[in-house]
Parts: sequence; structure tokens; C-alpha cells
Amino acid sequence: MPNSPAAPLLAIQNLQVQFFLQEGVVRAVEDVNLILQAGRTLGVIGESGCGKSVTAQSILRIVPSPPGRIVNGRILLGQRKRAADAQSPLDLAGVDPTGAEIRAVRGHEIAMIFQEPMTSFGPMHTVGNQIEETILLHQPDATRAQARARTVHLLGQMGIPRPETIANAYPHQMSGGMRQRAMIALAMSCAPSLLIADEPTTALDVTVQAQILELLTQAQTESGMAMLFITHDLGVIAEVADEVAVMYLGRVVEQAPAAALFAQPAHPYTRALLRSIPRIDAAESRRLESIKGSVPDPFRVPPGCAFADRCADFMPGTCDRAMPAMTAIAADHQVRCFLYDATAARPAEARLA
Amino acid sequence: MTASPPAPDRAETAEARAEERYYFASQTTLMWWRFRRHRLAILSAPVLLLLYLIAAFCEFVAPYGPQEEFKDLLQAPPSRIRLRDAEGRWVRPFVYAREGALNRETFRREFTETEDAAYPLFLLPRGSAYELWGLLPLQRHLFGTGPGNPPVFLFGSDRFGQDVFSRVIYGARISLTIGLLGVFLSFVLGMAIGGLSGYVGGITDEIIQRTIDLLISIPSYPLWMLLAASFPQDWDSIKTYFAITLVLSIVGWAGLARVVRSKLLALREEDFAVAALVAGASQWRIVSRHLLPLFLSYIVVSGTLAVPSMILAETALSFIGLGLQPPAVSWGVLLQDAQQIVSVAHHPWLLFPCVFVILTVLMFNFMGDGLRDAADPYAQ
Repeated sequence: MPNSPAAPLLAIQNLQVQFFLQEGVVRAVEDVNLILQAGRTLGVIGESGCGKSVTAQSILRIVPSPPGRIVNGRILLGQRKRAADAQSPLDLAGVDPTGAEIRAVRGHEIAMIFQEPMTSFGPMHTVGNQIEETILLHQPDATRAQARARTVHLLGQMGIPRPETIANAYPHQMSGGMRQRAMIALAMSCAPSLLIADEPTTALDVTVQAQILELLTQAQTESGMAMLFITHDLGVIAEVADEVAVMYLGRVVEQAPAAALFAQPAHPYTRALLRSIPRIDAAESRRLESIKGSVPDPFRVPPGCAFADRCADFMPGTCDRAMPAMTAIAADHQVRCFLYDATAARPAEARLA
Repeated sequence: MTASPPAPDRAETAEARAEERYYFASQTTLMWWRFRRHRLAILSAPVLLLLYLIAAFCEFVAPYGPQEEFKDLLQAPPSRIRLRDAEGRWVRPFVYAREGALNRETFRREFTETEDAAYPLFLLPRGSAYELWGLLPLQRHLFGTGPGNPPVFLFGSDRFGQDVFSRVIYGARISLTIGLLGVFLSFVLGMAIGGLSGYVGGITDEIIQRTIDLLISIPSYPLWMLLAASFPQDWDSIKTYFAITLVLSIVGWAGLARVVRSKLLALREEDFAVAALVAGASQWRIVSRHLLPLFLSYIVVSGTLAVPSMILAETALSFIGLGLQPPAVSWGVLLQDAQQIVSVAHHPWLLFPCVFVILTVLMFNFMGDGLRDAADPYAQ
């Protein structure tokens, strides 16, 4: 049990991950701070290359290394499963990425599901075998029969018909949606306290997508696990997340409860993102908005705010000078923008309205 | 509408059934079907099995011991096995006794058959005593003329009057197993080292790869000769046998290690390898349980194709005198007798071991070819 009710399940502090490539250093994750409470869902949103997946990989220490390296920061996992570990949180950023310590966390305390259900199961073994393997790996006391029973039970829970038969099926005999269900069953097999979902619905078609999302939230309410949900789909985030962090080029630019973010988006990037969603109730003649320009070259990030040259509220002399700091505009709403920074020159007061 | 002709219907269902049979066949069944289509491979499997059975039971199959000498019959040509007696009647196969005499003009031994007594071939006659696998004391051989009777030399005899056929049979034991053992050893080495190189990567990979570069840049025959020449001369044949196997596999593992490495490099990026990692599996488990089995069929195929080159290498080493030495008997050792053009010209039957080498190598190649087709049953 947690030693204090306020202790978060996962606290990422000043995380900095860099890739040391031939062409130069890519600062994939810069100064990211995230806090995830037990049982809650944190959505991380951003476009490709914004560092959301690398953040998730850092938690499980599967950042490809070399060239990737956690340069700075701590990833504190509190509320450990084993009572003996419960006293002090484990700093995942400091453990050996191939050691026994992290292996005991992977799959057991933190599980992960991927974007591509088609390739996430090995083709050699049956789906049931692979789920059983995970169970037996983390619960050495369990017998094969127990693991089998739990596997079939889990598959059934995930809405897979005839789970006894499907447990004996090979991945290639199943559809994408089925495989993602089985993947969730595998992730849930050891009742993790945190599930990292890295774009789990991106590769699925829309109807299956909705089913999987429902399944995930249902599994979450049943097991009480927390979820870190990574996606670039604002609609998905709105459906599952309690809190949302918006990332742009390695940094969190806005963080707020989901309702607040969608009601009052503060950062120009968030606002632009929300405007670029096609709306069914929009006038027919309106063109779909897009964000002008493109993401800067990761090897040559310009000084100042990374979003500056695409920003509608660009303030010359301010935004291109320094990186704005995270500023609280409400109790739990933070944004990284000079528009809200009292110390910065603010020529366009009216825009805030 | 209602009266559709029955004939095409039936054909359709038969076709559909065949198609269904194909789509519902298991992987193993598909492999077997594919292998079956390779006629030569189907032929080679029983031949190889027979060869290995002969090697396993060589004491029994050979009518005489490998060192059993017939002083009167030095370098005798193969015996003529006769099926009809002097009167032209069909009888049990028999041989005549032979007498050798020196031809004063050519200075060669010539053999004449003395036709006064026929010595029939028996199945399971008594012969020289032997111990099967060093355990079972036996006296019976597969065939022969019986104790005390003139011998039958299927492949003639060598300069000591030893039966070449018997020696070829005994030689099979060493020549056939050295290939398998050598391939097995080099595969264990190749998979372990290649696996390490491919999965761990980094500096380990670099060191292993450069070592392989060095190893395969050395011409293999001189390297073998160097290693083989470094064995002490007084080692007995068992020691030399294992040493030769080791020498052959030391050179053989490098190529396989490369392949294993490149396959692992590609496979470890696959989602399911990452998924296994994320589920808490150790690197060893991921490689051995999830990645290696994926290209095991490939490994089996290249293993089969590597056996003949091992057999040839042993034969070559023994032939030039750096491999096994008499009194050990292998096909390479036997071919040492055929080194001089004179002996080949006058006693061509000394080349019989060659026939066996060729047969074995061919059979292994056919078999490997068939297995390669079978390993990927979906390839067209």
C-alpha cells in the first residue's frame, strides 16, 4: 500500500533524452515533468517526432541505445507491488536497462501495448503460449495449468469469443482487432499498476478502434491501474484521458485536465491543433485549417520557443530569444508560452480574451 | 436453375476440397508436401540413411576386419562373382579360389582362377570375431564365403592384401560422422557467437566481426594444414579424430555466425521482440525462444549443405597425410593408396572410396536442396 495517499504512482522529473547520431545530437526529450496518480489516465499528445514515444520508452528503459541515452532526470516509480519495495520509489532512469531489476518491473508493474497489433506477437508460438510465458515469468510459483486458466480467462474478458480455442491459435490466424485484444490480455496478465499504451488504436479501423478504447477503459476501471496513453489523435484523448500533456519538439508545452484543455486551450499550438480537426457541424464551404510551416529540423532547433516560426501569436523579440518557462494559468493548468508569462514583454494583450 | 449439370459441380467441389486441404494444412504438412516434390531429395534420404546404418554396423557389414590381411592376394582385383556353374546352371552366387603369380615380362602380379572348387557366398557366415560397438562379442558377418575358404573381395584388395570393400565400410564410420560432428560443433559455435554478436551488439559485436573477418580471410586449406600439422604425432586415432573435427569446425563457424548475426539484427527490431522485452523477458530468452526458432529451418538447411564440405575437407586432409593416419581408416586415408599414378593405373579399384565420397556428397546436396525448398513452403 502507498505510504502516503499523495505519493504519485509515477513521477517523471526533468527527463532529458538525447540521441547521439552521426549528424549531431537530437534532443528528443527535454526537461519533461509528468506526474501520474494511481488509477488515472494521462494522455500524451503530439505529432510524430515530438518525443512522446521516447518518453514512454524511457520509462521501461527500451530507448534504443546506442544512440539514445537518458542524459538527465529521474523516473520515480512509487507504490511498488512487493511490500519490501514499497518504502522508497525506484528511479527507473538509474537502473541497468538489461538488469533483473528492470525486468521485474517490465510486464509485472508496468506493461505496454503497441501501435501494431499485427507484429506484436511472435509468429512461432501460439497466442496463449505467449501470454502464459509472461505469467510464468513473473509468477514463478504458478503452475502451467494455472497460467493456462488465467490466460483463457483474460482472453474471455477481452471479449474474444471461444477463448479456449483462440489460446491455441497462432497470431497469423487472428485479425488485427483480435490481436490487439490478445495484446491487452497479455499486458493485463500480471495486473500491472501502470499500462503504457503507445498509439494502441492507430493501426485499427475506426469501429474496432472504439471497441478497443472501450475495452481499455473497462479494464482500467476493473483493475484500478493507471494508464499513460500516447496518441496523436485528439478524439481518442478526449475519450480516455483524465489529464493531457501536449508535447512539441521534445517539450511539454501545455498540461491540463482533459476538460479544461479542450474547453480553454491556452498554448497557440494546442489551439491550432484543435482547430485542425475536421468538424461534422462546420459550414460546408470552410476549408480545413492546418498549422502553417513544419516542425523544425531536430538537428538545428532555432533559439527561443520551438513553435515560434509557426505561431499565429508570434512576438518578435520575445519568442525567438529564449525558451518560455512553464507558467501556471490555473491551479492545474500549465502552459509554456510567453503570452502567459508576466515577466515577458506582452504586446498583444487582447489576444488572450 | 434447378437442374444444374452435376459433373462440373463435382469437379468444383473436388477442386475446392483440394484448395481447402492446402489452406488448412499445418506448416509441417506443407513442408512435407514441398519436400516430397523434390524427387532427388526423396531419393537421397533413404540412401543417406542406408549409408549411416552401414557406418553404424560396419563391423557386421564388412566381411573382413580392416586390418585382416590375405598374404596370397596382394593387390588382387575385385572377385568375379559367378551365378552359373561350369555347366551353365543357375546356382547360389559363388567365387573361385585365385592364385597370384608374377608375370616375368611386366613384373606385375596376375591372378588366375582355379575352377576345381566353387566357394558359395553365404548370408551371415562366421568370420573373424569382433565386438559390435565394443560391447557385443560377435562372429557373424553380413555375407562371406565362410571361415577358411578363399575370400571374396568386392572391391579388390590393397598392397597388404586387405579387403578394400571392408575398409571402405569401416572408413564410412569416421568419414560420415566427422562431417556431422564438425557441422554440429561449428553450428553450436556459430549460433552462440553469432547470437551474442547480433543481440548484444556494440563493442562485443565489433570484436567478433573483426575476428571473423580475419578468420575467413585466411585460405582455409593452409589454415587446416597448419592446425593439423600442429597435433603431436603420437596422438592416437581417437584424439586425432576429435582434433580434426575441431579444426574443421573452427573454420566452419564463421560463416554461420555472420548469418545468425544479420538475422538477429533484423529480427530484434521487430515489434514482437520489443514486446517480449517489455514483458520482462531476458535477452537470452528472447533470442533462444523467440528469435532463433524463426530461422531454425534456415540453419538446418545450411547445416545439411555444410556436411559434404566437411566430409570433403576431412578426405582432403587425410589424403595429403595431415588428417587421420593409418591404422585409422577413413575414406581419405584409403585414398592415400591411390596417390601414385602407377597404382591408379594398375589397381584402379583403389579408387572405390572415391565413389563413396562422391555418392555421399551428392546425396547430402540433394537432401539440402530439398530441405531448402521445404523450409519455405510458400515460396513458389
